[in-house]
Amino acid sequence: MSTTDTPWALEARGLVKRYGQLVATDHADICVAKGELHALIGPNGAGKTTLIKQLSGEIFSDQGQIRFHGADITRMPIHQRAHRGLVRSYQITSIFEEMSVIDNVALAVQALQGHSFRFWRPAASDARLREPAFRCLERVRLAHRASVLAGNLAHGEKRQLEIAMTLAAEPSMLLLDEPMAGMSPEESGQMVELLQALKGEHSILLVEHDMDAVFSLSDRLTVLVYGKPLVTGTAAEIRNDQRVREAYLGEEAA
Amino acid sequence: MQVTKTTTLGETVALNEPLAPASSQQHGKVQVSHGTGRRWPLSRWLTLLTFAVLLALPVLLAVLDNSFLLTLVSRCMIYGIAAISLNLILGYGGMLSLGHAAFFGIGAYVVGITAQNFMYGTALMEWPFELAASNDAIVVWPVAILLSALAALLIGAISLRTSGVYFLMLTLAFAQMIYFIFVSLDQYGGDDGMNLMSRNTLLGLDLDNDLTFYYVCFGCLLLIYLLVQRLIAARFGMVLRGCKQNEQRMQAMGFPTYRYRLMAFALAGAGAGLAGALIGNQMEYVSPNLLHWKMSGELMVMVLLGGLGTLLGPLWGAFAFLLVEDVLSGITEHWMLFFGPFLILVVLFAKGGIYGYLIRKEQP
Ligand SMILES: Nc1ncnc2c1ncn2[C@@H]1O[C@H](COP(=O)(O)OP(=O)(O)OP(=O)(O)O)[C@@H](O)[C@H]1O
Ligand SMILES: [Mg+2]
Repeated sequence: MSTTDTPWALEARGLVKRYGQLVATDHADICVAKGELHALIGPNGAGKTTLIKQLSGEIFSDQGQIRFHGADITRMPIHQRAHRGLVRSYQITSIFEEMSVIDNVALAVQALQGHSFRFWRPAASDARLREPAFRCLERVRLAHRASVLAGNLAHGEKRQLEIAMTLAAEPSMLLLDEPMAGMSPEESGQMVELLQALKGEHSILLVEHDMDAVFSLSDRLTVLVYGKPLVTGTAAEIRNDQRVREAYLGEEAA
Repeated sequence: MQVTKTTTLGETVALNEPLAPASSQQHGKVQVSHGTGRRWPLSRWLTLLTFAVLLALPVLLAVLDNSFLLTLVSRCMIYGIAAISLNLILGYGGMLSLGHAAFFGIGAYVVGITAQNFMYGTALMEWPFELAASNDAIVVWPVAILLSALAALLIGAISLRTSGVYFLMLTLAFAQMIYFIFVSLDQYGGDDGMNLMSRNTLLGLDLDNDLTFYYVCFGCLLLIYLLVQRLIAARFGMVLRGCKQNEQRMQAMGFPTYRYRLMAFALAGAGAGLAGALIGNQMEYVSPNLLHWKMSGELMVMVLLGGLGTLLGPLWGAFAFLLVEDVLSGITEHWMLFFGPFLILVVLFAKGGIYGYLIRKEQP
């Protein structure tokens, strides 16, 4: 299990996930190079979120293999993958609504710093948690809302918090599931800026419906249809691919 | 700058994050505009008041020459410890356990069984090594705590593989199993339970003295309260509360949540074990009723009555439950008939329990 002589951050081969009769992921291969921003697009119900779940370890695949920086992580549980630097964000905001914004991020920081069987020192005054957490909030421009209850944030702010929590894990690779879902154009613009800044620092697999954002950000794209990758290529290649036009871009490209 | 903020604990904690100067100023402004400032929150006053009253009560009762109430309040404090320990998993951890009486009962039976063997001068066990019984609380109570924690560890290890109603069913089933084990122990009274000749001694202290025993209970209560308070605000507590709110996300962030929930379950079992050891001493009588699922239900009611997920709520709940029970059962045998509506009223109109309702403004 060599971890160095592979160009891939993430290398998934022949992944299958069945829900009863439905084949949500159908022998999918997907490889993300180190430092690459790789977009995963496809119509609603194509199986993008399912694939993210398989890659992050939230669900196990029925078939196939996943390698992360060369190491086989196919059967590794989700929390161990997070410690290895593979962390996901959620399409449907998944935060701790009854905690303050900074507590949400501090908890994500805490996950990194060894075990949490610490019963005595108050976490709320622990600079080792608070400082990195605050920096993450600054990064997503949410620092001014640090002490607000997360449940009271506006939708767009919750999306920003979602990303801050993902970043707090200091991952080498991000799996971002529609980070701009439900954002205003202005907020989306900020998110694109942020992703632009994150690009290069992290390997990123980005699921997103906003085509302008996807085409401007990604190094390569994979189009997923009915759980199967139809084609992988650069933005220009995808734009000009006849199959993609038919299967997905349809009206837009016509 | 000393800023305070309100947390889900309903307690105010200092937020002394040493931040970058530029941002700390901005951050600070937001905090101050929230307006708690330096003033002590109500929860802290109520905590102080509660423990001050409990500390001073025996003096008042001595003046009134009312020893009955002294015993009753000791009892309330003991159930308070059990309820606080249940609240750790129920209120903070979101684990719906209906088996907490098992750990309470095990603690009591450790006291009962050692006391009987001590009285007859028989060995606790003869194989693989002979173990003589002790009558000193300094030995017996830690054993009670340890065995309860161990039982909780085993039951939790299996039950925590499930969640929700299934978890409730499993904890209930395990607790009932332990109940029937003790019912079948004929040498220790079986169905009827057993009487203790006297209470334990504690490093030469005579616990048969009700006043001494009262202050021992008070000390245990204060200790448990402070431990839970620290634990909840510490990293472990953050993880526990995170697991309650969104376990899936906790795992995605890298927490092996099962371990943390299991640890909380075992710690709660330990707390109940201490309460059990105390109640065995207080009543000088131990019976399987202590392990019955009705006891688990009563402990749960105490937590809900006082305030789920608050520090002081379970203690208040224990007092409310036992005092009302005492008054009503003096009037009528069917006291539950009146207690039921009282409970419904509290749940309907004082959301978050009696204490939880009072400090509701501090809670998010
Ligand atoms: N837990 C589940 N049980 C059964 N079927 C499921 C489950 N999760 C997803 N599916 C099905 O799998 C298919 C793929 O769903 P998935 O959520 O992965 O699509 P998606 O590409 O993320 O869609 P969207 O763009 O709407 O987010 C859908 O047909 C969905 O109904
Ligand atoms: Mg999706």
